[in-house]
Amino acid sequence: MDILANYGSTLVIFAAIVGFIMAWGIGANDVANAMGTSVGSKALTIKQAILIAMVFEFAGAYLAGGEVTSTIRKGIIDASFYVDIPEQLVFGMISALLAAGVWLLIASYMGWPVSTTHSIVGAIIGFSAIGVSVDTVNWGAVLGIVGSWIVTPLIAGVFSFIIFNSAQKLIFDTDNPLQQAKKWVPLYMFLAGFILSLVTIKKGLKHVGLELGAVEGYLWAIGVAIVVAIVGKIFISRLNFKESKNRRANYINVEKVFAVLMVITACCMAFAHGSNDVANAIGPLAAVVSIVGSDGEIASKAALAWWILPLGGFGIVAGLALFGHRVMATIGTGITHLTPSRGFAAELAAACTVVVASGTGLPISTTQTLVGAVLGVGMARGIAAINLGVVRNIVVSWVVTLPVGAALSIMFFWMIKGAFS
Amino acid sequence: MSGNSILGVFAKSPLKPLELHIRKVNECAALLPSFLVATEQSDWDEASNIRTNISTLEKEADALKREIRSDLPGGIFMPVERTDVLELVSQQDKIANKTKDIAGRIFGRQLVIPAALSSEFNAYVERCLDAIKQAAEAIYELDDLLETGFRGREVDLVEKMIVELALIEDDTDRMQITLRRNLMAIEKDMNPVDVMFLYQIIEWVGDLADLAERVGARLEIMLAR
Repeated sequence: MDILANYGSTLVIFAAIVGFIMAWGIGANDVANAMGTSVGSKALTIKQAILIAMVFEFAGAYLAGGEVTSTIRKGIIDASFYVDIPEQLVFGMISALLAAGVWLLIASYMGWPVSTTHSIVGAIIGFSAIGVSVDTVNWGAVLGIVGSWIVTPLIAGVFSFIIFNSAQKLIFDTDNPLQQAKKWVPLYMFLAGFILSLVTIKKGLKHVGLELGAVEGYLWAIGVAIVVAIVGKIFISRLNFKESKNRRANYINVEKVFAVLMVITACCMAFAHGSNDVANAIGPLAAVVSIVGSDGEIASKAALAWWILPLGGFGIVAGLALFGHRVMATIGTGITHLTPSRGFAAELAAACTVVVASGTGLPISTTQTLVGAVLGVGMARGIAAINLGVVRNIVVSWVVTLPVGAALSIMFFWMIKGAFS
Repeated sequence: MSGNSILGVFAKSPLKPLELHIRKVNECAALLPSFLVATEQSDWDEASNIRTNISTLEKEADALKREIRSDLPGGIFMPVERTDVLELVSQQDKIANKTKDIAGRIFGRQLVIPAALSSEFNAYVERCLDAIKQAAEAIYELDDLLETGFRGREVDLVEKMIVELALIEDDTDRMQITLRRNLMAIEKDMNPVDVMFLYQIIEWVGDLADLAERVGARLEIMLAR
């Protein structure tokens, strides 16, 4: 108890710094995954992608990041075990942040794909189960989280399969694809705008101090979606097409229309990523702040301190701005045959899945969901070649991340505990 | 491609290289008429130059073929069967090989097509080259086939092209029969060994159209999944 009283502010500052670094790492590391398909299909330039990512990652983190944050903060661990030893929970959360941050750094340096969500969840389970006691972990919730890592890519895959096939039916396999594209693409924009704004309104705006009723929420979401679709339609109408009798030129024009849609889905993806992944950095920080703030009382009802979500948002944006360029530069022209009409299906499916999952408070892996969505488009015979070897490597690295994150956090936990006792 | 991003998942597409390959093959075969003109005029220097060009293009096509094969290790997931892609590229490559054989044989033996047959023979060669062009046109559709997810109208269109290709091949068969008959009518006044080789050349030129048709057939199999 004395530890918290004496060193409380030091611990909070330390946690804030580590949390900020972690958010920074997430911004630098995941931007390629969240924005890569848009840049790869040439719907966006790197500069545009970074700008969109900065605005929408922050918006997602700030407006819709609250639910997942509280899951990371108190869903994985059964807090009742820590009532008499709150300082251990503070140490643990700081170790978890350190562990995940260090692992992220190592993996980025080695060029391994890792999931930030997996590393933080693994780290929290690690210090709590081994450092304190196996009973402190809320295994039921952990099972749910791990289960969601398998289920959400599947859902995103099925969803992207359906979206892609619908685009084929409505647009590509018709007499006049361009006409059909102009007609139907705004509907996809509406769908994207509707799902995103609905989840945000329903789940995210509580802590910003906006509460809307159910009907009001739907009306607002529909309103936002209509605005998005109209703006998209205006942009589409301003495109200039090289009209020609040649069918091949026709498809090129159709892809131009989809490129406009892809800008919107890229915004959605950035928003979704911000809403879900900011929690990995600031969930533990929020736990530390609330414990120290209430003098060691582990309040289950404590509200999120006002400065925490923006801190995470800024961290992500700073990582994006400073390192995002370098990561994005590696995406260049390596992708052949990834056209906006394919990219949009994968991105829209992944973004919607992530946002809906964020709304339920599940910390899912954004990258994993996106990979699932890409495979879904592949199954619909929409992608020329998918390297299953790479998919396998990615999956292996995700699995490895859990024990590594756990081991690192146990190590840091014992170190910090030793330093303070 | 950086390892820590999802983009490594997108492998190199074999479809564009397939198009490049057939383009190269078509270019190679398209040199035959000018080669034949040079031999008719007994301009063997010019014929030698064109033969060298044919051989160069054949080598380039070979290199492209190997590239496609090496870019398709196991574990690449595609909308079409991997075996179909490899079969198709082998089939395409045979056209270039056959072209090289024809030019090599004619040049090596300094064969000259008899004046009585020359216009008919040239028309026959042109028709066989039409078959190759048609096969190439069908392969060029792979881009749009991918765009439409290998379904629907675009597939029907390619099917039509392949039917057209079969009709061209029928033409060449008929022309080959007449050519042989006409050669038989004049063969007793010629050097018997040359006659044997002429029969062989006529057959090989016909093979060009056959091979082109087989490219179409492979493409059809590829689409019929």
